[in-house]
Amino acid sequence: MVSTVFLSSFPILLPDPGLIFWTFLIFVIVYFVLGRFAFRPIQNALKKREDDIQASLDEAKKAREEMANLKAENEELLRQAQEERAAILKEAKETKESIISEARDKAKDEAQRIVASAKEELEHKRMEVLTSVKNQLGLMAIDIAEKLTKNELKGKKEQETLVNTLVDEIKFN
Amino acid sequence: MVDLETTFKEVVLNTMARLFLTAIFLLTFSLVSAPVLASDDKDEKQEQNDHSSDDSGHGEEAGHGDEPKEYDPVGTVVEHIADANEFHIWKGVHMPLPCILFAPGEGWTFFMTSKLEHGHQAVDGYVLNHGRVNRIADESFPKGEVHIDGVVHEEEHHTDENGEEVTEEVAYAVYHGEKYKLDGPTKWDGGILGGGITSFYDFSITKVVFSMLFVALLLIIVFMAVAKGYKKNDGKAPKGIQSFMEPIFVFMRDEVTIPMIGEKHYERFQPFIMTLFFFILFCNLLGLIPIFPGSANITGNIAITLTLAVITFIVTNLNGNKHYWEHIFWMPGIPAWVKLILTPVEILSLFIKPFSLMIRLFANISAGHIIILSLVGLVFLFGDMGQNLGGAGIGAVLGGLFTAFMNLIELLVAFIQAFIFAILSASYIGAAVEEHHHDEAHAH
Repeated sequence: MVSTVFLSSFPILLPDPGLIFWTFLIFVIVYFVLGRFAFRPIQNALKKREDDIQASLDEAKKAREEMANLKAENEELLRQAQEERAAILKEAKETKESIISEARDKAKDEAQRIVASAKEELEHKRMEVLTSVKNQLGLMAIDIAEKLTKNELKGKKEQETLVNTLVDEIKFN
Repeated sequence: MVDLETTFKEVVLNTMARLFLTAIFLLTFSLVSAPVLASDDKDEKQEQNDHSSDDSGHGEEAGHGDEPKEYDPVGTVVEHIADANEFHIWKGVHMPLPCILFAPGEGWTFFMTSKLEHGHQAVDGYVLNHGRVNRIADESFPKGEVHIDGVVHEEEHHTDENGEEVTEEVAYAVYHGEKYKLDGPTKWDGGILGGGITSFYDFSITKVVFSMLFVALLLIIVFMAVAKGYKKNDGKAPKGIQSFMEPIFVFMRDEVTIPMIGEKHYERFQPFIMTLFFFILFCNLLGLIPIFPGSANITGNIAITLTLAVITFIVTNLNGNKHYWEHIFWMPGIPAWVKLILTPVEILSLFIKPFSLMIRLFANISAGHIIILSLVGLVFLFGDMGQNLGGAGIGAVLGGLFTAFMNLIELLVAFIQAFIFAILSASYIGAAVEEHHHDEAHAH
């Protein structure tokens, strides 16, 4: 049976009003149901998740930056502390040295002063001793002289000689 | 726009390749079938007279008379891709579907197709013919459930108003020796393609409507589960079906809606584009499953693609902004005489766009179904309707291999066509809502 193919026997080419009606109805219902209860929630959820991920990434980046900043700050702080310590140490050293040198100077001065005063006193004492020795010697001399004189100055001549000698001696002194 | 052009080129190439393939297969087909058919020319007349409507064209059911019936490849293919009022499941098993029929002046009629007994019973003048409900408009035919002798098909020759000879296939219901002419359901083709408004409208849940309802249910179940997953796994990694659908969803968003509609408006239209994509995809895939509840040629029916294209057209033009309409009716920045040419072109393109959407999807999916059915038909053709077992074996191996190959291609086509429909719809919507910066837009 060779049948000529009529267009009318090719029914998928002919739009059927019933089919159009049902397609429209089904599609519109599917659109409203899925759009309202599936596609919109899905697209919102996807968007929310993407935003969350982006936010998390941004936050992580920020945290990392903050951490880097904190580290730099810490380092700066440490550096400052070290510097300060060094400065304090240096100052202490200087102070120590200055105290030591001052003390040394003072001690030296004192020592010198003590030595000087000791010397003075020594001189003074020496002079005193000397004076007293001189006086003693004088007295002794006078005593001796008196005795000698008493012994020797029995004549006039001897008296004179003695006086002269004595005078000379005094002159030498 | 470059993307659109490439897509367009792909579409053209795709369609051309498809037409070429179809042509080759049809050629092979006619070459193979010609000798077989020629030898039976003498039986033709008789064949037509007792060509009863039940299981005609179904190769596997052909042993219904005493004589093995001639295998009619074209008839088989046409019947398999067509819509039907009952769902053929297996051998003689049909799933009855509700009939919702409207005849002006008569009112609504409801019944299940099982009442029609595959063309052996008329209900209120409605008879099943080639799986479709037809109506006997003749007032003298009795109402109610009436047993009829069968349905016959006859070729009628008459001359139309242009004086050309026209051959028309007319179906008759035979009742008590009388022949009553059968009217097919109304088709909105304006009578150009042989349809036209007849005595009744068929709003039945047909095979295609049933499949679409199945798809709708499937879509709702699947995406409700996905949406539930987002609620349940909030702040956690996706799981199960949610992680299966998410890449597709994200791909459609990042490759289709955002680039085509733009960052600013895409959220508003994304559910629509997604519904289009997944609805078409599921329909395409369901059509590729050869067993119930698959096998219906849903997106390969012009009524479905027409409706989808019209919906896109409505959505596009309802959302068209001032610039969009300005660019259609009075393109700025070009000389007035060019505008006079451009405006009609733009107005035409307004309708050509959805028209191309309609034809592209319809032609691609129909062609796929036709090729696969033709290849499966090789088994019956080579097998000489069960008379030649060796031939049937060769046909089975050959047809099976080609069918497997074609099925893989059709799987690809199912995705590509759904994607193209969605991306083109998105681009039309994108053009309608795009905010133009005139200095920029017309500098090139």
